[in-house]
Amino acid sequence: MSTQPEPAHVTGGTLHPELLAGDDRDAIYRNGKRLDHAEGTSKPLRAEPEQQPRGAKVHGNRPIDQAEAAARFIAAPEHEKMHDERLWDLRQKRDREMHGIPEWEELRSLASAIKEHTLTHLDEYLGQFEANAQANGIHVHWARDAAEHNHIVHGILNDHGAKSLIKSKSMLTEECGFRHYMASVGIEVIETDLGERIQQLDNENPSHVVVPAVHKLRTDVAQVFAKTIGTDPDNSDVHYLAEAERESNRPLILAADAGMTGCNFAVAETGSVVVCTNEGNADLSANVPKLHIVSVGIEKIIPRLDDLALFVRLLSRSALGSPITQYTSHFRGPRQGGEMHIVLVDNGRSARLGLGEFWTSLKCIRCGACMNTCPVYRRSGGLSYGATYSGPIGLIIDPTFNAHKYSNLPFASTLNGSCSNVCPVKINIHEQIYAWRRELVKRHEVPFVKKAAMKAAGELLSRPAAYRAAIGAADVALAHLPRFVIYNGLNAWGKHREVPHPPKQTFHGWYQANRGGKP
Amino acid sequence: MSSRDEIFASIRANRPQAERPLPEVPLFDGNPPASLLSAFKESLERMGGLFLDPPASGDILAPVRAKIANAKVVCSTVPEIAGNRDIGRVERPQELADVDFAIVRASFAVAETGSVLLSQEDLRVNAVAYLAQHLIVLLDPADILINLHHAYRRPEFRNGHYACFHTGPSATADIEGVLIHGAQGVRSLSVLPMPKAGSPSTH
Repeated sequence: MSTQPEPAHVTGGTLHPELLAGDDRDAIYRNGKRLDHAEGTSKPLRAEPEQQPRGAKVHGNRPIDQAEAAARFIAAPEHEKMHDERLWDLRQKRDREMHGIPEWEELRSLASAIKEHTLTHLDEYLGQFEANAQANGIHVHWARDAAEHNHIVHGILNDHGAKSLIKSKSMLTEECGFRHYMASVGIEVIETDLGERIQQLDNENPSHVVVPAVHKLRTDVAQVFAKTIGTDPDNSDVHYLAEAERESNRPLILAADAGMTGCNFAVAETGSVVVCTNEGNADLSANVPKLHIVSVGIEKIIPRLDDLALFVRLLSRSALGSPITQYTSHFRGPRQGGEMHIVLVDNGRSARLGLGEFWTSLKCIRCGACMNTCPVYRRSGGLSYGATYSGPIGLIIDPTFNAHKYSNLPFASTLNGSCSNVCPVKINIHEQIYAWRRELVKRHEVPFVKKAAMKAAGELLSRPAAYRAAIGAADVALAHLPRFVIYNGLNAWGKHREVPHPPKQTFHGWYQANRGGKP
Repeated sequence: MSSRDEIFASIRANRPQAERPLPEVPLFDGNPPASLLSAFKESLERMGGLFLDPPASGDILAPVRAKIANAKVVCSTVPEIAGNRDIGRVERPQELADVDFAIVRASFAVAETGSVLLSQEDLRVNAVAYLAQHLIVLLDPADILINLHHAYRRPEFRNGHYACFHTGPSATADIEGVLIHGAQGVRSLSVLPMPKAGSPSTH
């Protein structure tokens, strides 16, 4: 008997049926239909309380041990199963949306072509964007790196005597270590997205680009809120927790001196920035205080509004399986009596343009679809990567920031290619992961055991006859070897998983026996 | 060299020399729904919005009056219904923090997604659409477009300083994927189909 779980289609798309809640009292129904827009799950799920596993241990510049942190995540089965189930649910909702749009594949091809065109003409479009934004009355700033971004924003806040800043979620500001910097200069930063606020209050990084607290259970959130905003530690009702956070944030939003947002798309032809949220928190951050600062990575540029239509159609469907985010906000200039600043940040992006095999990673629109579909990510949690970007896209972006510290990450993949298949801008993610492995070996950033195994595999794979002999021998060996040989510490593939039963005959052997003689 | 110049120099030095033409984006409108209003309503409800069906009495505004009957503070930017908070006298957005219901008119709507576009001109003070507890949006059924491709051809994105697609209420499911309406912004969004005064669809 196989120990493998039933394939998803057999159990109605549920990976862990034991998580299905007996009742659906948390859900919202409309006209008899259960709503699952935004990040909502398509089915009621419930996990048992359990201590939250923490992320990767970071020791200065030492290589992050993703496998070690992943092992601790897997050792917390309630967290692991819930994480796996929720992200797989997002993936299935994404498929549902995709099937509802006949032109889906055409949209992906166009999105990829538009991004590649823009990146190969990035200087022209950045210049056009800057000129149009300035003509609309926006102050435009340029930052070479994270430190310069933080200094510029600090300077703008100082000019206005601002001491508190409300902001919406931005992966770029995570990349810049923005909150730490602001804390060091005495400016209070308040995250206004619920998930990001949970992570801020818990002193943890976001574990996912779209759903920052997806690795936490409701009981974890109840503990964080009890310690920080004074909720009842024994009450983990989700409606209660969300309402308490709303009520505690509202006075901070009203009193803030300045607001900050990220940017999903910057449109060159109009000089506008576009922000997508479900909570409306970007609109509060931008529209309540007088001062609005926008942090924009230079790769966010798209040429025209016609292109924007395409990307908005793809973004939320790919990310959450929702046709659009609740709010898609277009800022083309300061509001009356207000002031608007845009900080365009390079931080390694222009150098990445010159990496022949890796420049197309700049097409990424940060939807997180590759993370939701990745079996390694779903079972290890985003914090196990110990980097700003986790999951498949993280594996190919993080080493561009620090090839030594993130040298293990490109190995946290099965290379199954699912990430590339769901990517709305058709980045060949799994091929780039493989290319990074090669690159890291070249740069001597790969540990001996991994390198020795890869060298042996490489020699084997380059000689078909030797490969066939080895595979035949391996299958015989796998069937007869004692467990300790397969499941030892040197074979990462034997950890936490059963190695599949070896076939009785290799494909090549079968082909030779059955079809080999035929023309 | 300024940071701007350095970034541009680095882009020019590293930019791939590959030929990548900019494709035209089609409007993808070859298969329109039988009724834009019905398609809009269905999309809106999927996204958690409420559609206020005109009552049999023919009194289109009756559902709005019923909603705001017990509200303390109503802020209206439309001539069709009066509130008790004059948005023209608001000096700071924070003054709108106690609004129970905001009533505005949408520039247009999108059937594909169930979105309504609210521009700075529609809102007068942008924050009203986020600080209010509930939002009611009047929509002329003649102003529904088939999809986002058509929507982004509209002048609001080229002329105005601010415009936002609202698709249902403020929502989150950041805790265990449980859907919540009223995350940081409005707890409900209702759309009332009502032609503009002088609109051709009133004749």
